[in-house]
This record gives sequence, C-alpha cells and structure tokens, in this order.
Amino acid sequence: MEKMQPVIQIEHLSKHFSIDNGFFTKGKKTVKAVNDFTLNLEKGKILGLVGESGSGKTTLARVILNLTSATEGTVLINGVDMSKCSAAEKKELRKNIAVVFQDPLSNLNPRETVMSSIMRPMVLHGMKRALAREKAREVLESVKMDAHYLNSYPHQLSGGQLQRIAIARALAMNPQIMILDEPTSALDISVQAQILNLLLDLQEQHQLTYMIITHDLNVIRYISDQVAVMYLGQLVEYGETKIMCSNPSHPYSKALMAASPILDPTMRGREKEIMKGDPGSLIHFPSGCSFHPRCRYAEEICMQERPEMERIGENHWARCHLCMQK
Amino acid sequence: MNDELLRLENVSINYKVRGGYLSAVKDVSFHVNRGEIFAVVGESGCGKSTVAHSIMRLLDKNAVVLGSIKYNGTNLMELSNKQITGVRGHDIGMIFQNPLDSLNPVYTTGAQVNEAIRLDGISKLEGWKKVIELYRNVKMPDAEKRVQAYPHEMSGGMRQRVMIAMMLSRNPSLLIADEPTTALDVTIEAQILEIISQLKKEFGTAVMLITHNFGLVAEVADRVAIMYAGELVEQGDVFEIFRAPKHPYTRLLMKALPRGTKQEGRLQTIDGTVPRLMEVQPGCRFANRCPMAKKICYEQDPAIRALSATHTYRCHFAEEEV
Ligand SMILES: Nc1ncnc2c1ncn2[C@@H]1O[C@H](COP(=O)(O)OP(=O)(O)OP(=O)(O)O)[C@@H](O)[C@H]1O
Ligand SMILES: Nc1ncnc2c1ncn2[C@@H]1O[C@H](COP(=O)(O)OP(=O)(O)OP(=O)(O)O)[C@@H](O)[C@H]1O
Ligand code: SF4
Ligand SMILES: [Mg+2]
Ligand SMILES: [Mg+2]
Repeated sequence: MEKMQPVIQIEHLSKHFSIDNGFFTKGKKTVKAVNDFTLNLEKGKILGLVGESGSGKTTLARVILNLTSATEGTVLINGVDMSKCSAAEKKELRKNIAVVFQDPLSNLNPRETVMSSIMRPMVLHGMKRALAREKAREVLESVKMDAHYLNSYPHQLSGGQLQRIAIARALAMNPQIMILDEPTSALDISVQAQILNLLLDLQEQHQLTYMIITHDLNVIRYISDQVAVMYLGQLVEYGETKIMCSNPSHPYSKALMAASPILDPTMRGREKEIMKGDPGSLIHFPSGCSFHPRCRYAEEICMQERPEMERIGENHWARCHLCMQK
Repeated sequence: MNDELLRLENVSINYKVRGGYLSAVKDVSFHVNRGEIFAVVGESGCGKSTVAHSIMRLLDKNAVVLGSIKYNGTNLMELSNKQITGVRGHDIGMIFQNPLDSLNPVYTTGAQVNEAIRLDGISKLEGWKKVIELYRNVKMPDAEKRVQAYPHEMSGGMRQRVMIAMMLSRNPSLLIADEPTTALDVTIEAQILEIISQLKKEFGTAVMLITHNFGLVAEVADRVAIMYAGELVEQGDVFEIFRAPKHPYTRLLMKALPRGTKQEGRLQTIDGTVPRLMEVQPGCRFANRCPMAKKICYEQDPAIRALSATHTYRCHFAEEEV
C-alpha cells in the first residue's frame, strides 16, 4: 500500500521568544519554548500530546496554526506551508483546521452572544446567515447545551459551559483537523464523557485528525492512537498509545505515567516514584540531556552529550542515551 | 478521646437571589474524624465550596445557613466573630480554590508567610527561619531563595505550596483543601498529595479534600461523600464505594470515568441536566436523570439508608441493579 501523505508534517520546528532581562540588567534573553521538533500526524488518527506545564505544548499548537511564526523549521498542512501562502489561501486552509484553546474565555469575544460567536466564522466563510443560525443550534445541541444559552454572553456562563461552546464553535466549520488544548479540564465527569464520545463519533464518521493536549492521562489513554511526550520544548518520546501508557521508555515519560492517579483505591499501595527537582528552565538549558538534573537513571554521558530522537521499536521513538542501550 | 473532630448535622444553605432563594445545599450531614482524609466530590455547582465556606463562616452575605456545625463539640455557628477568627487562625485552615487570589501580588511570598506566623509573637528573624523551614517542609525547591519570590515569579504548583506552607504554620487540626491541584500537571499534583498524606501521618491532621477528580480520591482519601445538586447522596469508606457504589448517580459516575481505551467502547453518559435549584421541593433531586426513578422519587425525600456502619446512601430504590 502506498504511504499516505501526513496531514500535518512538523519538521525541525523551533519557536523562541525574546524577553527583557529584567529591570536592572540590559539586553534580552531567549525563551526556547519549542526546540527542533519533528513529528507527523497521519490522517484519521488522534495524537495525544502531554508534558509538563510550561513545556511548550500550547506554543507548538499556535505555530502549527500559523498564529505565530516559527523561528526555524516548517509545518506542512496537507503538504502546504501556510506561512508561505497568500491571505486568501490562508483563509481557505483555516477552514479545514479548527482549534479549541486552553483558556475557554480566550476563544470567545466578551461582547458577543454565544450565537454570534458561533455564527461569525461561518458567515466569514460565506455561509448564508439563516443557514449559519441553524447550524449554530445544531452544534450547540451536539455538545449537550440548551438552545436558550445562545443568547447568553460569556461572563454569564461557567467554565465548563464556555469550553463546550468553544468546542461547538470549532465543530461548526466541519473541519478536517482539530487541535484541542485541554478540551476537558473544566468539564465534569459526565459532560466529559459526552464530549469525548462526540469527538470520537465525528472523528470516525469523517476520518478527522485530532491533536489533543491534556494533563489527564486517563483521557489520553482512552482517546488517542499515538502519544507524544514533551519536555522543555523538545519531543522526548513518541509511540503507540498502548505501549506509551503501559510501558514508556523515556525516564520523564515513566515519571509522568507513574504520577498519574489511578482510578482504583486498591492500587494505592503501589511503588510510586515522585519526581524530584524543579521544572527546568527554558532559558538556560542543562548540558547534555535536558532532563538529566532530574533523571534518576542519569549517567556520565547524559551530562555531556545531547541525545537525539532514535527509533527504539515499532513506530516507537525516544530521546535518551539509556533507552538506546536496551 | 473522641475521634470525631467535625460534625455537620442537617445543614441546609440557601442563597438569597433575585426572585427568591437558591437552595445550594439541602439537609447535609457528615462528620470528619481526627487524622483522616475525607473527600467531598461532585460536579461543578453542587455545593462543595458552599459547604466548606459555611464551616469557616466565610459565606457571602446573602447566604442563610440552617442546621448545626460542630467542631470539637462547639457549635461554630454560635461563636462571636472574634471567636471564629481564633478558630480560623489556629484550629481550621483552608486552602482556597484560587491560590493567586489569596496571595498579595506586591509582597514576596516569604514576607506574607512570615506575617502570618508572627501573629504568635516571635521575632522577625526567627520568623524568617521558620518560613524557610516551612518551605522545606512543602518541598519547595531552593527554599532559601524562593522566600524572596513574588507570587507572579512562581509557577502554579509553587504558589499552591506557599498556601500549604502558610496553613502548616498554624498547625491546624483540620485542613480544608478546596480543589488544591486543579490545573496543575500530574507530577506537581503528586507532590502535593504526598505533602497532604504526610501531614496526616506526622501531625494527625484531618483533611477535608474537595475535588471533582476521582483519581485523587482513589489515591489518598479514607472516606468519601458524593454530592449531587446540593444533596449528599452517598458516603462511606473509599474502598467500599469504589468496589460497590450504591446510589444510581455514583454508579453512573463511576461508569463515566475513562478507565480503558476507545477500543473497549464508548463512555457511559448521564442523560439530562441538573435541575434549577430554586425553591425546595420534595423528592430526590436526581430523579429527572435517574434510570431507576419511579413516581415516589418525585414526591418524597428518600431516607438515608445504611448499608454498613461505614456506608450510607440516600435513594428509594438503590437495592436494584441500574
Ligand atoms: N509570547 C510569549 N513571550 C514570552 N514567552 C512566552 C510566550 N508564550 C509562551 N511563552 C513561554 O513559553 C513557554 C512554553 O509555554 P506554553 O504555554 O507553550 O506551555 P504549555 O506546555 O502549553 O504549558 P501548560 O501545560 O501550562 O499549558 C513558557 O515558559 C512560557 O512562559
Ligand atoms: N453568593 C452566591 N449567591 C448566589 N448563588 C451562589 C453564590 N455562591 C454560590 N452560588 C451558587 O450555589 C451553588 C453551589 O456553588 P458552589 O460554589 O458551592 O459549588 P461547587 O460545588 O464548589 O462548584 P465548583 O466545583 O464549580 O467549584 C451554585 O449553583 C452557585 O451558582
Ligand atoms: S538521557 Fe540520561 S538523563 Fe536523559 S532521560 Fe535518558 S537516562 Fe535520563
Ligand atoms: Mg498550554
Ligand atoms: Mg467550588
């Protein structure tokens, strides 16, 4: 079988921010939020992206969406580099790729009702108002919200309701690709179940491609096909969900999975490794492997040489000197 | 010595709002023992924070509280303002849902903790030593340096630890932690849970842990209460409730949790929505969503039934299978 072109192709992507050095020192410092990130998303697959708070996940999403430009590297969406497109081409591409941001309020204009927030992108892309209005009702119902909320303003709604509206708004455009940044963090368990089911139904019916960013590893295990783990702006491990959740290889992934609460009290006696140390700095990277100051397995070589992403199994990659030796 | 530290008896809390009263908490009774972690779970808006604030007497002015709240045998609702301030300072500590709101952005966090502990009349220098010690207790990295940090210079997890350090300084017998780890990543969450468990072990602190995360309950709680729309529908030993939840709502929630993978099928959902809680009506508040509901559920309050000495629930029919 011919290998299909990936829906999203991320190659050697870096995004650095320049920030002031503070009140007293002159000059600038560089925050290296994403570093040399390479990854493909296949059509019809769900990728789960996990990693420590501040490791660059949201920044990566913003670069993919071309909401901010890359410092180095490229992103191809269906083979097209959005940063090189004309405004008209960009608009056309944007239709296919929807996003739900982490902070539900940032998805919506505070002075617009829910109805016009959901309708606006459809109208912008040339849909008749009456049709857009009908579609708005339909998607709101699909996220299990009553139609009377259509006339509400964002400040009148709870965090969970805002998140559902953001999802509804993204769905309204019938996108091919969805990037969901913490889509369920503000949701109750029963609403979360409804939203995850809905996302899966749509994805299977229309062969959609999702990238889901979340701290909740139970959600990742449930919904994703592949999992990517980020640490300090770098991809440190990538593999099939089954192996990533049951037997990850990179020491950071291991610590992350071990820290995830298990929904079963009889498991609480298990051996848990609580990760030591503080999240590393994106300004002063440690020498060698960026994880070495916190890594319980670190050896001499980890302090000196920077490990590369290497294949360690069937569709399984890791950035660790010791994973390679196994 | 009595093991019981806190007891709420038939507590109902109504908020006066335009057009009447909103019944946020209805007829809730539970107790917390010394040295145990008692979790309160339930969906957003079910009244968890309202219950917590009623214990601290920190409810908004438009709240009306009925029933009794006893701490160590004393009815907290009958104390003078001065007395309740003393209880808050020394006996009961609270970690609020939004830590950034409770720290002052213009002072270093260390100065704020120092301020809090110097109420005991120790010198400023002694205070600083104590602050550093407290920061170490909560596993703050680089404790000596971090006492000089302002709130915005700390990550969410660190700020949360400052709040815990501040609580520790009072050495309370009861710690109320309202969603202490929401929005933190799992590695920091695990560190904070470790600190809470340590408190319980070392100082015999009782903890009331408010959360909507069942994973946390499974990891650290001894007993758990499940709330729905202001009613406490089930409570008991954590192991018993995870093994055999009784109330239809608890059972459905347990099934809605993503435990497996999508290959094993879709998640179970709960149809319908929470009713609007204006005037108090008889009947079970879960009735309109309950697969087992019959006529009586809409007409009569279910009585509390005991399944064992450590497990009670509130339902007319929960004996049968859902
Ligand atoms: N516009 C900006 N200017 C300067 N620094 C920035 C900017 N945007 C992000 N950063 C920094 O980049 C780093 C990565 O941030 P990002 O929001 O991508 O992390 P994240 O992995 O999404 O974290 P979380 O899980 O907490 O959402 C952080 O250190 C952040 O402070
Ligand atoms: N001051 C107030 N006036 C009127 N209604 C209020 C007030 N404070 C809270 N409520 C309402 O009381 C109910 C219970 O709120 P509470 O904050 O106790 O819920 P919660 O269980 O803590 O929710 P969450 O998980 O979202 O924190 C909600 O319907 C809320 O809107
Ligand atoms: S390379 Fe070394 S320091 Fe880095 S994760 Fe692997 S073992 Fe740990
Ligand atoms: Mg983010
Ligand atoms: Mg609350």
